[in-house]
Amino acid sequence: MTARNFLIRGLLAGLIAGLFSFAIGYTVGEPPIDAAIAIEEAAAAPAADHAHETGSDHEHGDEGGGISRTIQSTWGLATATVAMGVALGGIVALIAAGVAGRLGRLPLVGSTALVAGLGFVAYSLVPFLKYPAVPPAVGSGDTIGSRTAYYFLFALISVVAMVAAVVLARRLASGMGAYPAVVLAGIAYVAVVAVAALAMPTVNELGDFPADVLWEFRVSSLLTLSALWGSLGIALTWLLRRLEVSQKAAV
Amino acid sequence: MSQTAAAPVIGVPELPTVDLRELAPWAFFVGLLGLLVIFFVSADQGAVSIPAGTMVHEWVHDGRHLLGYPCH
Repeated sequence: MTARNFLIRGLLAGLIAGLFSFAIGYTVGEPPIDAAIAIEEAAAAPAADHAHETGSDHEHGDEGGGISRTIQSTWGLATATVAMGVALGGIVALIAAGVAGRLGRLPLVGSTALVAGLGFVAYSLVPFLKYPAVPPAVGSGDTIGSRTAYYFLFALISVVAMVAAVVLARRLASGMGAYPAVVLAGIAYVAVVAVAALAMPTVNELGDFPADVLWEFRVSSLLTLSALWGSLGIALTWLLRRLEVSQKAAV
Repeated sequence: MSQTAAAPVIGVPELPTVDLRELAPWAFFVGLLGLLVIFFVSADQGAVSIPAGTMVHEWVHDGRHLLGYPCH
């Protein structure tokens, strides 16, 4: 097994995951996005002359950047999910290559699935719990800088804490055995992100945005992220399993 | 590190590993490239703009919202 073997399969799995999460995002995510944009436009219409005073340089539809809603919801969304899938696929595959055979007695499929699962928790799920996705029409253009900084700082803390937790679990496992080591490392990760979440500022710019559209949007966002990571994990383990079988046959 | 901590059980074959020195340049390069792609999808032309404008932002707009990144 070589790094090349892993990377090729990671990129392919990422492509599959990107297409799959596009299908989910388009199906469940676009209706609430359209609803949110309709709310935004309805709110903007009576106060059209105030729109420019709010400092928001961002508008939807043909007015902003010359890209229509149809393009945004199809080719635009597909570009985003496929690019994200391929990038994460490459990164996850090389991490899987690094930990293969090095996480206790977990076989290749098990350690790779663990990387994808922990990647989802650390990079997508936990950041979502602190700074959940917001639909269009929520969030001021004035605070995009600080909101972006908080989000990525929290995601960074979460990912670093997860890597540290895995290293800790490996260290402890040699002395106390795998089960208590994994439980302790898991508790340590949760403690670190919980402290970070409590210490970091909360963002709430929802105003009077309708709760049902918000709920629908956030569920669809989580579904899109789950589809991305889930299909990445399944595709990558499937491809690596085939590689393992063919290499065993060749020996 | 000591991956022999759990002494191999007799009859259980050693798990194959990838040499970390061989893996390092791949991991570095793909990591860098991957982060660049993630940056363009998640944050470009929101808080930071390279290049200036809103073209990239508008193009990946729906994906940015659905993948949970902060947006306008």
